[in-house]
Amino acid sequence: MSGHESTYEPKTGFEKWLDTRLPLPRLVHDSFVDFPTPKNLNYWYTFGGILSIFLVIQIVTGIVLAMHYTADVDHAFASVERIMRDVPYGWLLRYVHANGASFFFLAVYVHMFRGLYYGSYKAPREVLWILGCIIFLLMVATAFLGYMLPWGQMSLHGANVIVNLFGAIPLVGEGIKTWLLGGPSIGNATLQRFFSLHYLLPFVIAGVVILHVWALHVPGNNNPTGVEVKDTRKDTVPFHPYYTVKDGFAIVVFLLIFAAFVFYMPNVLGHADNYVEADPLVTPAHIVPEWYLLPFYAILRAITFDIGPIDAKLLGVIAMFAAIAVLFVVPWLDTSRVKSMRYRPVARQFFFGFVAACLLLGWVGASNPDDPIIPLGSDKLVVEYSDENGLAAARTFEVYDEAAAFRDGLGEEAGASMAVQKAPAFTFLHLGQILTLYYFAYFLVILPLLGLRERPDEEPDSIHKSVLAREPSAGTPIAQPAE
Amino acid sequence: MTRSKLILAALAGLVIAGSASAAGGAKHPHGPEGGFPFEGPFGRFEDESVQRGYQVYREVCASCHSMKLMHYRNLGEPGGPFYDPEYPNANDNPLVKAFAAQDEILSSQPNDVGDYEYRPARPSDPFKSPYPNDAAARAANGGALPPDLSVITKARHGGADYIYDLMLGYPDPGEISDDGEIEFREDYHGTLTQAPGQYYNPYMEGDTIPAWEGDPRHAPPGGFLAMAPQLMDGRVTYMDGTEATKEQMAYDVAQFLAWAGEPKQTNRKSAGLAVMAYLLIFAGLLWFSYKRIWRNVSH
Repeated sequence: MSGHESTYEPKTGFEKWLDTRLPLPRLVHDSFVDFPTPKNLNYWYTFGGILSIFLVIQIVTGIVLAMHYTADVDHAFASVERIMRDVPYGWLLRYVHANGASFFFLAVYVHMFRGLYYGSYKAPREVLWILGCIIFLLMVATAFLGYMLPWGQMSLHGANVIVNLFGAIPLVGEGIKTWLLGGPSIGNATLQRFFSLHYLLPFVIAGVVILHVWALHVPGNNNPTGVEVKDTRKDTVPFHPYYTVKDGFAIVVFLLIFAAFVFYMPNVLGHADNYVEADPLVTPAHIVPEWYLLPFYAILRAITFDIGPIDAKLLGVIAMFAAIAVLFVVPWLDTSRVKSMRYRPVARQFFFGFVAACLLLGWVGASNPDDPIIPLGSDKLVVEYSDENGLAAARTFEVYDEAAAFRDGLGEEAGASMAVQKAPAFTFLHLGQILTLYYFAYFLVILPLLGLRERPDEEPDSIHKSVLAREPSAGTPIAQPAE
Repeated sequence: MTRSKLILAALAGLVIAGSASAAGGAKHPHGPEGGFPFEGPFGRFEDESVQRGYQVYREVCASCHSMKLMHYRNLGEPGGPFYDPEYPNANDNPLVKAFAAQDEILSSQPNDVGDYEYRPARPSDPFKSPYPNDAAARAANGGALPPDLSVITKARHGGADYIYDLMLGYPDPGEISDDGEIEFREDYHGTLTQAPGQYYNPYMEGDTIPAWEGDPRHAPPGGFLAMAPQLMDGRVTYMDGTEATKEQMAYDVAQFLAWAGEPKQTNRKSAGLAVMAYLLIFAGLLWFSYKRIWRNVSH
């Protein structure tokens, strides 16, 4: 925390020599050893540590995988399977990397929801929050690029859907699309540039992570009360060993769940179609992105109407990018001066509604938009034919036998055919539209208005007092160094 | 916080219910009764069954389906069905050499005068493909391309269960009229007509409505494929004397394809056990360290 005096004391001659030239050990000591950290951080606060571990896992496995991977449309699919079969522990590297992406996103979503709940984006942590949003955006880009590499059916057709979105941009859209793909359609040039960028972006992420940690260490951690540290001695404990051990425990538990997926169900988070080699001439029945992008996909598909001169496709693209862009301005949308939703009972209800909306958007994104959730009535049969004047006519039936008898009684010249008329229903599209509305309303209406109108509960005076109130019988209130 | 947990539980329930109802289309594969021996965290392939499955592949499937990612040596590598500890290098395994030598392949390297000639395959060669290219495969199969089977169990929902059910899922020949009509009298009412060269199978992804004479709102599940039913009792004569019922062959070939789709599956599961045990002990140690370090700090 800024203003916190350095307690680093170089012990050896070498450390003293280095300290006056490049005080790296001092930086590490002050950032990760004697860094004063609020003592009331719960397990939701361990996901930052989990994320840094996963960034390292992804980079290390990715570098080794790149040594064996061939970025060529004729060889990419086989080279991935060769990694799984012939490279020593290649199956492990690849499953760790593929599932690691999923768990990276799982952790980042928990981390972001935690920030939204405890108001970690509010002053003086706006820059910290924005850097986090940039990391998330880079993660989405990296994951999207990486999904192309195995060159399966979903790799190709998923990328096709997303890149085509850029074509919706007026005037420059087609040009941008061609520029991104390196040609008129996805081909070898696309695969090679996606591979190159997929290798580059994680290092950009690592760079922004350093800024993110820096921006964290200037104001120090937020905490579940949202009340800033007032007395370092009473309110905080040194990061090491208190949080190294607590984060360490959480990391290992998270890795345990991760390992269960890697070793026992490595393909459940993926899509079977991606084990079919990419073929531009065969389009899969249902194109869906990886699970962690489904909510954004649902928002994209929820916009099926034009507004003024803007057509639905472009509007969908705008909505999808706006869903991420809106996160950047959250610090200025939330007008409440109370940080933690622990003391905002009304806001809390809306927050849980928001979490539910995000999960349900994921469900909508995975489903066919036209499928009914709640059917209103039953499907009917329509017999279409030409009447005696040769005009098109149709009759609707409930019962098949009656419809069939009517059709068969019409005679050859009527050219009768039978089709199913779907009953009106509350479909996934409708649910997706309602949820999309709530997603944006949460940020653009609820957070700004609620902060002005709600009556929050009383906040505790300090972290120390809130802890005592929660655990009245606990031992001495001030941190003792561990043995 | 109880309320949020309730909401989450309700959501989870909703999602599960939704994904179950959204399946539709083809019949959900259930696989053999009692499942396959390689299922579950401690599951292992049954070598004898994988060996028989290889025989079914060679004598039945391989006449149309390639397995381009498989090499003969894979059969004799650790975890493979013909692995022999006496031959740690599968290329030396006489059984594997013999399997390879039965196939004549076009050498990928030119000979001394620059011609490509046919020679018996070696363990290091990939499995012989039945057709030189996809166009030839389509031409020989009425326009349909028999899919490569290397990773077929990973490329289809249901994996080995799907293979097993698809192989056995065709209607009995007795139920099909000479015109290719199949009468449905129980769960569905109507007649399904197979076009020439098309075969109905309830486990195949597809759409039966265009070929269905009956209520289109209740058309039978599944679709049509260009592969005729392949497995009938006694189609192969197993080298180990096992009776070759069609159920046995479907079971064996499904297990062989599951192994071929992921030859390192056994290594993965045994490594997983060690990793899980290690992480569990590590987590326990960290938990007690955490308790001890924080014992004097209320938080």
